[in-house]
Amino acid sequence: MSEPLLKLSGVHTHIEQYHILHGVDLVVPRGELTVLLGRNGAGKSTTLRTIMGLWRASAGSLKFDGRELAGMETPDIARQGIAYIPENMGIFAQLTVQEHLQLACRSGKPDAARLDWIFAIFPALKRFWHQPAGTLSGGQKQMVAIARAIIEPRRLILVDEPTKGLAPAIIDHLAEAFVQLKASATTILLVEQNFGFVARLGDSVAVMDGGVIVHSGRMADLAADQDLQTRLLGLSLAAHQ
Amino acid sequence: MTAMPPAATAAEMMLPRKRVDYQPWYVLAAILALTWLWVGDSATWLTLTVAGLAMGMLLFIMASGLTMVFGLMGVMNFGHGAFITVGAYAATLVLLRLGDWLQADAIGLNAAALGLALLAAVAVTAALGWIYERLIIRPVYGNALMQILITFGAATVLQELVTAIWGAELIPLTRPAAFDGAWVFGDAVIEKFRVLCAAAGLLVFGAMMLILHGTRIGLLVRAGVANGEMVQALGYRVRTLFVGVSVAGAALAGMGGVLWGLYRQELTTSIGASSLVSILIVIIIGGMGSVGGCFLASLLVALASNYVGFLAPKAALLSEVGLMLVVLAWRPRGLYPISH
Repeated sequence: MSEPLLKLSGVHTHIEQYHILHGVDLVVPRGELTVLLGRNGAGKSTTLRTIMGLWRASAGSLKFDGRELAGMETPDIARQGIAYIPENMGIFAQLTVQEHLQLACRSGKPDAARLDWIFAIFPALKRFWHQPAGTLSGGQKQMVAIARAIIEPRRLILVDEPTKGLAPAIIDHLAEAFVQLKASATTILLVEQNFGFVARLGDSVAVMDGGVIVHSGRMADLAADQDLQTRLLGLSLAAHQ
Repeated sequence: MTAMPPAATAAEMMLPRKRVDYQPWYVLAAILALTWLWVGDSATWLTLTVAGLAMGMLLFIMASGLTMVFGLMGVMNFGHGAFITVGAYAATLVLLRLGDWLQADAIGLNAAALGLALLAAVAVTAALGWIYERLIIRPVYGNALMQILITFGAATVLQELVTAIWGAELIPLTRPAAFDGAWVFGDAVIEKFRVLCAAAGLLVFGAMMLILHGTRIGLLVRAGVANGEMVQALGYRVRTLFVGVSVAGAALAGMGGVLWGLYRQELTTSIGASSLVSILIVIIIGGMGSVGGCFLASLLVALASNYVGFLAPKAALLSEVGLMLVVLAWRPRGLYPISH
């Protein structure tokens, strides 16, 4: 088995006086979609923010392709090839869709073929190309946020609860988008609470509780084991459906 | 394959386009029309209006840097007035030495003296802005209370330094001969220097809009104002932007200080501090962080001050605060709030 793209070992994070992560051990295999599950307050978003350097790890190691991320500034972490889509989507309300993608292209202008590929995944972005992103609906904003993350090839994409507050039809559309992203061999670490959404998408899974990983394995195994689901998540996939 | 979206279809033409909010500009137009009717005399109205436009443009030059610094860095710099003072005094190094050029009957020499004075002010305040960001602002990012305390303290120290170097006495300033005096149109008197100030303000506003909306740096600044953390997560060093905007903001304040000093034709060490309240009112009315809002608010504040001063002199002192209250009752986050 090849080295994982991202490996967190014993990561602790403090936010002011609060101790949020209590020694997170997490492996994200190359080319896979890894799902990070857990109840509210388990530390999932903090884990993503710690990987991005938006919160500083107070202890532990974060190895990205063998390179230590701990201590790096956020822009340097992003330039390793890591894209981040925060829970609030991080949309710049007054910038147009076009400007969002321009900004995300650190190399200059968006590549024509890449842009066509994105328009094929999210046709709506064509229509709203010159529209300020702040005027778009929640689902459209999420499309802009994902498009911004993939406008240039990235080695790892961190996505925080992309389905939150979205209508079921939009969630189905997002699921299709993630299927296409997986097909492009992009490595994804996806934080979600919607188990029904990720059970179809995930290759591997980790479950967090109280700031630590309490389970990790293959998503297919968790999706097939209702007892394990109930024990880890408090609710089985069958109960979701 | 084509990268850009194809021409809009009929259905897409129905979609909402980027909306420009003109309402605050309609208010300005209404104020101009109503005051013209109220003043009654067109010549007096024109004189008041040109003076207001000039004052407004000076306010804009002095305030635009502060609003950008607040928008991008979340820092309320109460030391901004000191940049105005330092800029104005730095310019005296040129203005007092090039008195002959200023008074010469040659517009080229007049303009050269003024240009060199502006250059001196911009250079000194830009350098000061860089040092100020490193020493004063950087240690207190994200700590509003400390920002207030330390920037007030820094303003006091800088003002005292100016007093120590240049003295506390009033320094009379001479305007460049070509820009002194007035044009008379019928009964209307239009001071040349006011027109120059208005032109300078428009030029600065145009340049800022061009940079903000036509360059990658501008795109980064606009994004950083809305969500600095996300700009970092995209791989850009917001800190570097902070420094650039701090330097530009200080330089603009310095430039404004020179023109404001020449406008008043005198210089005292309180020139910056006495302008700070008006500047704060301008950036609050405009919407904290909004350059376009700052531009319109500067015009509104200056015109309101002039019109009220003429129509109801006893209420003049309250015009700025009154205008702010009215605007905030209408739009609580200012005319053009920045969405985060």
